[in-house]
Amino acid sequence: MKLLAGIARELIGLFVDDGMLAIAILAVIAVAAIVAYFIPGLTAGLVLLGGSLFALFANVMSER
Amino acid sequence: MASHLAATAVSAAFLGSLVEAVEALTIVLAVASVRGWRPAALGAAAGLGLLALIVAVLGPLLGHVPLHTLQLMIGVLLLLFGMRWLRKAILRAAGIIPLHDEEAAYAAGTAELREHRTRLDWLAGIASFKAVLLEGLEVVFIVIAVGGGRGLLLPASVGALAACGLVAAAGFALRRPLSRVPENTLKLAVGIMLSAFGVFWTGEGLGIAWPGADLAILGFAALFLLAAALTVPALKRPTKVAL
Repeated sequence: MKLLAGIARELIGLFVDDGMLAIAILAVIAVAAIVAYFIPGLTAGLVLLGGSLFALFANVMSER
Repeated sequence: MASHLAATAVSAAFLGSLVEAVEALTIVLAVASVRGWRPAALGAAAGLGLLALIVAVLGPLLGHVPLHTLQLMIGVLLLLFGMRWLRKAILRAAGIIPLHDEEAAYAAGTAELREHRTRLDWLAGIASFKAVLLEGLEVVFIVIAVGGGRGLLLPASVGALAACGLVAAAGFALRRPLSRVPENTLKLAVGIMLSAFGVFWTGEGLGIAWPGADLAILGFAALFLLAAALTVPALKRPTKVAL
């Protein structure tokens, strides 16, 4: 049981290492999805790309 | 299938799998050095067997998931997975967190196994099994992630298998951890590629028509590379201290 729990914990850890970064990425995706629903075209793509880059930049700079 | 996309899938799967295979090999070698090759090999074989079973059972299910849903699911997981690697690689390159050291991981693995002398065979086998299973699952995920959304599973699998074969052969020949593999540089490169694929497929899943279609991935990769190139020196710069 302990082994399975350890494996499950490490599997989650594959995707979530820093909780704030994971939340920021999911928030960017959610905003991009809303924008894609209401505004057709490339706007949602720009939100997704720009938001991902900003989330990464803000997260690593906060480690200073 | 665009050849540049297949080449990107092969190289992303190869490089990502190389890192994972090196990490698994370090644990298997640590087990072998403490208790011999039998528990190490049995544990590794059991891990590979379970991995093959998981792929055989879950693999065909991928074909039943609608393409847009699959692209969105893979895209979201790729963004989480790739940006996690990218973040860690940037912080390591900037010296904020220490580099991953295979020699140290090997020493820690052997020390941990030596602490439990009474159940050593069992523990040794489990350690080997767990390392192969977990790192193998990461390899499987990388293959699905870079190949699943566009029918590129075969080239991605070839890249991953080549990396695992290469590491296994090198480890078997050298019988010591592959500490000279530039792991952080590889993680940075793979993090950039996975994040680029993640943005692309999340967008495709949301119905975004990227300009240049598949070629947009290369543009995204260039932007993530630029972001990493700008943040590493910025992190290294000393912060101003109030006088």
